Amino acid sequence: MTAENIHHPEPSYLEYRGKYKGLLGWLTTTDHKRIGLMYMYAMMVFFIVGVILGELMRLELFRPGQQFYGPQVYNGLFTLHGIIMIFTVVIPGLAAVFGNFAMPIMIGAKDVAFPRLNLFSWYLFILGAAIALSSQFMGDGPPDTGWTFYAPYSVTTHTNVIAAVLGAFVLGFSSILTGLNFIVTIHRLRAPGMTFFKMPLFPWAVYATAWIQVLATPIVGITLLMIIAERTLRIGFFDPNLGGDPVLYQHLFWIYSHPAVYIMILPAMGVVTEIIPTFSQRRVFGYKAIALSSMAIAFVGYFVWAHHMFTSGMSSTARWIFSLLTFLVAVPSAIKVFNWVTTMYKGSIDVKPPFLYSLGFIFLFMIGGLTGLSLGSLATNIHVHDTAYVVAHFHYIVFGGVGFAFFAALHYWYPKMYGRMYNFKLANIAFVFLFAGFNLLYFPQFIIGLMGMPRRYFDYLPQFTFGMQLSFYGGILLAIGLVLMLYNLFQKNGAKAPANPWGGSTLEWTIPSPPPVENFDVMPEMGPDEEPYDYK
Amino acid sequence: MTAESVHITSYRTYLWVLIALLFLTFVTITVTWIDLSALTVLVALVIASVKAYIVLTWFMHLKYESSLFRVLVIVVLAIYALVIGLTYFDYLLR
Repeated sequence: MTAENIHHPEPSYLEYRGKYKGLLGWLTTTDHKRIGLMYMYAMMVFFIVGVILGELMRLELFRPGQQFYGPQVYNGLFTLHGIIMIFTVVIPGLAAVFGNFAMPIMIGAKDVAFPRLNLFSWYLFILGAAIALSSQFMGDGPPDTGWTFYAPYSVTTHTNVIAAVLGAFVLGFSSILTGLNFIVTIHRLRAPGMTFFKMPLFPWAVYATAWIQVLATPIVGITLLMIIAERTLRIGFFDPNLGGDPVLYQHLFWIYSHPAVYIMILPAMGVVTEIIPTFSQRRVFGYKAIALSSMAIAFVGYFVWAHHMFTSGMSSTARWIFSLLTFLVAVPSAIKVFNWVTTMYKGSIDVKPPFLYSLGFIFLFMIGGLTGLSLGSLATNIHVHDTAYVVAHFHYIVFGGVGFAFFAALHYWYPKMYGRMYNFKLANIAFVFLFAGFNLLYFPQFIIGLMGMPRRYFDYLPQFTFGMQLSFYGGILLAIGLVLMLYNLFQKNGAKAPANPWGGSTLEWTIPSPPPVENFDVMPEMGPDEEPYDYK
Repeated sequence: MTAESVHITSYRTYLWVLIALLFLTFVTITVTWIDLSALTVLVALVIASVKAYIVLTWFMHLKYESSLFRVLVIVVLAIYALVIGLTYFDYLLR
C-alpha cells in the first residue's frame, strides 16, 4: 500500500486548481486540509493580536501606579485579550487546525463527512470573531467585564457587552458544527477494518473533544442569549434587582467553560501521544488506557465546573462534592502522563523539534495540572482565589499546555502540510527562548499570587514590583521566541520533505508530502492482524 | 462501516405520531386549568418528555437504528440530567 500511494501522479492539495484559482480557490474550498490551514492562518493573526494585548498589560504593570493607561483601558485590554485568546485561538485550537488537517488522513478518509458544513464552520468562525472584535469600535466603548461576562456586572455595565457576547455565541456555533462533523466522520468514514480500537490516538482525542463541543457549547450559547435578553428586555435571570440570581449565571457559564478547557487540552494531549512514540522510536505504551482516558476526561470534565465558584456563596455540600470531582479528573490526566513517560523509557530517543516542544508540553502541563489541584482544594482555593496564582495556573495549562502542543504539532506536521522541511537549529533556539520566556513570565505570578496580588488590577503594592518586572522580561523573551519560530516556519525554503521524515507509523506518513487532493490513491484497509501503528 | 439498512416508515405510523403529539399538546394546555401547585412544572416536563420520546423513537428513526445510537442518546441525556441535578443540588442545600 505504501509504495502505491507515494508515487502519486495527482497534484497536491496546495497546487490543485478547482473552479477558482488563487485566494478565491482557498475561500471556496471544501478540502479538509485547506480548511485546516485557513483556520491556522486566521488563528495566527488573532494570536498575534492577543500577544500584543498581553504585552501591553505587562507594560502597564512594569511599575506600581498608573504608567500609560488608566483602569478602564486596562479592563478593556484584559477583556479583549481573554476573548481573543479563549474564543478565537485556543477553543478552536488544535481540533480545528490539526483535527481538520490530519485526522481524516489518519483514519484513512478522503475528507470529513460534511465538507461544505466544514467550510461553513470556518466562515462562522470568521464572522463570530469579526462581531466580537467590532465590540471594540462600536457602541459605548470596549467591554470591561473580563472574558467571563459575569452577571450582574455584564448586565449593568454601559460598555458594548452585547456585541462581544453575540460574537462568542456565533463562535460557539462554529465549534458545534465542527464537533458534529468530526463525530460523524469518525463513526462513518474510518478505513475498512479500522475499528475504534485500531484508530490512532489523535483521532481518539479529537473524538472525545468533538463530543464536548456538541454537548457543552449550546449551554453557553443559551446563557449568552440570556444576558442579551436581560440587558435589552430586562428579564430577570441573573440580576438580583430584577429577581435573578448571579450565582446561576456562574453555574451556566462554567458548565460550558470548564469542559471548554478539555476542548482545548484533549487534542493537545492527542498530538503529544503521536509525537512521543514517533521520536522515541517505540510503540505507544498503554494504547487502550490513553484512548479511554480521553473519554474519561471528557466525561468527568462535565461535572467539575463549580470549582470556579468556591467563593461565590454556593452551598458547602456542593462545594466539597465539586472539589472531590475535581480531584477525580486528575486521575485520567495522570494516566496519560505516566504512559507518555513510560513510552520514552528505554526508547531510542531522537530529539528533534517536535519532540522538544512535546517535552515542554509535559513539563508545563504538569506544573499547570498540579497547581490546579491546589486550586481544587477548598481551603487553599479561598486563599488564592482571583489572585495572580490563578493567572499563572491557567496560563501554564492554556499556553504551556495547549500552546506548546500546538507548536509541537505544527513542527510535526509542517513537512506534511507544505512538503518542505524547516531549519532544526533555529526551531531549537526558538524553543529555548519560548520555554525560558514562558517560565520567567508566568512562574513569578505563582509567587506574587500566593503573596496576595489580585488578578485584573492595573495597579499594585510595591512588594510585587520585582515579580512583575521578571514577568515583563519573560514576556519579551517569549515574544522573541515567537518571532523566531514564525520566521523559521514562514520561510518555506527548506529541503523538500520526504513522505515520512520522522519515521512515523500512522497513515498520513504513507502518502506524499504535501498530500494529493483526495489523500489516498488506493483506499487503505486494515487486516484483522494489523495494529494501529503499523504503517511504516 | 456496516451496510446501510434503509427503513421507510409508513404514513400510518407518521399519522399516529401526529395524533399522539396533538393529543399531548391538548393535555398540556388542559392541565394548565387545573391547579397542581408544586407538581405543575413536573407534570409539564413529564408530558414534554413523552413527546420528545415519541419524536426521537419514530420520527427520528431511533427505533430502526443500531443500538449504538440509542446508547449515545441515553448517555447524552444522562449527562444533562446530572448537570442539571448537580446545579439544583447547590440550590437545594444552600
